[in-house]
Amino acid sequence: MTDVLTQTRTITYREAVREAIREAMQQDDRVFLMGEDVGRYGGCYAVSKGLLEEFGPERVRDTPLSEAAFVGAGIGAALGGMRPIVEVMTVNFSLLALDQIVNNAALYLHMSGGQFNVPLVIRMATGAGRQVGAQHSHSLEGWYAHIPGIRVVTPATVEDARWMLPTALSDPDPVIIFEHSGLYNSEGELPEPGAPVDIVSSRVRQAGSDVSLITYGGSLPKALAAAEDLATVGVSAEVLDLRVLRPLDTEAILASVSATHHAVIIDEGWKTAGISAEIAACIAEQAVWELDAPIRRVCSAEVPIPYARHMEEAALPQVSAIVAAAREIVG
Amino acid sequence: MLRIRRFEERCAQLYQAEKIRGFLHLYIGEEAVAVGVMEALRPDDAVVATYREHGHALARGMDPKLVMAEMYGKVEGCSRGRGGSMHLFDASTRFYGGNAIVGGGLPLAVGLALADRLEDRKRVTAVFFGEGAVAEGEFHESMNLAALWHLPVLFCCENNLYAMGTALARSESQTRVTLKAASYEMSAWEVDGMDVVAVEEAARRAAESVRSGGGPHFLEFRTYRFRAHSMFDPELYRSKEEVEKWKERDPIDLLDQRLTADGILTGEERAAMEDEVAEEVEAAVAFAEAGTWEPVEELTRFVYSEVGR
Repeated sequence: MTDVLTQTRTITYREAVREAIREAMQQDDRVFLMGEDVGRYGGCYAVSKGLLEEFGPERVRDTPLSEAAFVGAGIGAALGGMRPIVEVMTVNFSLLALDQIVNNAALYLHMSGGQFNVPLVIRMATGAGRQVGAQHSHSLEGWYAHIPGIRVVTPATVEDARWMLPTALSDPDPVIIFEHSGLYNSEGELPEPGAPVDIVSSRVRQAGSDVSLITYGGSLPKALAAAEDLATVGVSAEVLDLRVLRPLDTEAILASVSATHHAVIIDEGWKTAGISAEIAACIAEQAVWELDAPIRRVCSAEVPIPYARHMEEAALPQVSAIVAAAREIVG
Repeated sequence: MLRIRRFEERCAQLYQAEKIRGFLHLYIGEEAVAVGVMEALRPDDAVVATYREHGHALARGMDPKLVMAEMYGKVEGCSRGRGGSMHLFDASTRFYGGNAIVGGGLPLAVGLALADRLEDRKRVTAVFFGEGAVAEGEFHESMNLAALWHLPVLFCCENNLYAMGTALARSESQTRVTLKAASYEMSAWEVDGMDVVAVEEAARRAAESVRSGGGPHFLEFRTYRFRAHSMFDPELYRSKEEVEKWKERDPIDLLDQRLTADGILTGEERAAMEDEVAEEVEAAVAFAEAGTWEPVEELTRFVYSEVGR
């Protein structure tokens, strides 16, 4: 037999996350979900809809608008032997919990000389593109990726949305899962039966030979669309989905760039001191001689994200800009 | 109390001798609070403390040798020298730090208590914080959450009147901190924090109520630190007279007087106690001196877990 028959089913990103949470709660009594409006409301993005009815209010726990306290309580509960999934409604509100994430979750193992690990999963929506204004449109994944002691993952496909969670929950240390709000309605094919996926490596989502489009999260669909456009003008683009921002899969980045000799990094965060800068530095430090042209970055403009549609579109990475950047360096 | 006092007096000397570096916050004057509260806790209860936590660590039963070695930064220290004075940790006594962000430990205590609730364990989590913490949002969020969810947390506010150099009246519109607790529908008492017997009585009553499902309780201990905030503090914000006035109510002297008056403690016994403590402290210093430095090759350990992955 040469082919393994793989069945798939169509599922939305939102349903994939919900299935992952449900299964985790069914399989392990220590797992519970906690956050703002995760219960009665069904989740701000309807991810947890139906879970309250299935698991009850002790395990699907609505919290007050107290990000520091309920994220910190998640850390404490993890220290106390539980496996909490804390949902912070969006990355914008996670700034109110930064102290707990950065000073406690990330540091407890180290400060205690290895005695106290924090097996906590924090999920949060991220990103712009829905005309919700500057305070609801941040992309701060790179900030969190700056911090040793936490893992930062960015599922961009339904398979990762479905299968990163069990891996994150079985990890002994804190994992932050960023779900781009623009992806919840997206549909994809989920392999059946599925299995947990790693949270350390990137994936080549489309193989190519002329240029590497390096991206993650909400920008993956844009990079794939750009690759399609580029193909029509004879440019073969490889799309590398980082999947994980900490630890960064530098080996795969270097391998892709070494094969295509051209790199375009696409990040919805700002350029300045962002994750795109880290990726560019990594290439510059370790593969600069492989490059046939300067690195290009397609990032958000250095402005708060505006409300008006045309202005927001102008501020965010777009397919046309990715195509232009790739064509410019491939020549 | 005597052990904490003499241990810290030695720490201050060792700081001058540059054996201990970084920040060193002495608990001298406040010993009755940690000692009284720990007496009321059980071994499987949890403790979350502040950066002024040498007293809590020792009263909780941590080995003075391991604490002193941690001050020295030696690998034999309770946190392998990774933590230092402000980050003492001990899994065996469920001592969860050593938290150096004011108010930062309160949410953790809420979570530890939540875990006990979800697992149906009759345990108490005691969390210590200064009166300065009541200005933090994390304090109010945690108080509300603990009360709302009826969690087994014992909130222990050590009111030593100054948040570093800022007097309570200069930072709070309402200086009665128990009223803040009461506003969250939480039982709250003001306790003489210089009287170890009063502290223990109040803590025992509160802890047992917490343990038996009475929800979170709040204790405000009126106390005073006799020493500066840290080794860098010139103490411009309070008068010598005020410090001397409070020293008249030294918690160790108060207990001495009471025990002597009641005929429970003789002069000989008291002297023997001093000798015993002095021996313990010197043994701790010797242990720390003899300790070793963690090889620098191990620098990147304890960022992520080495087991369970």
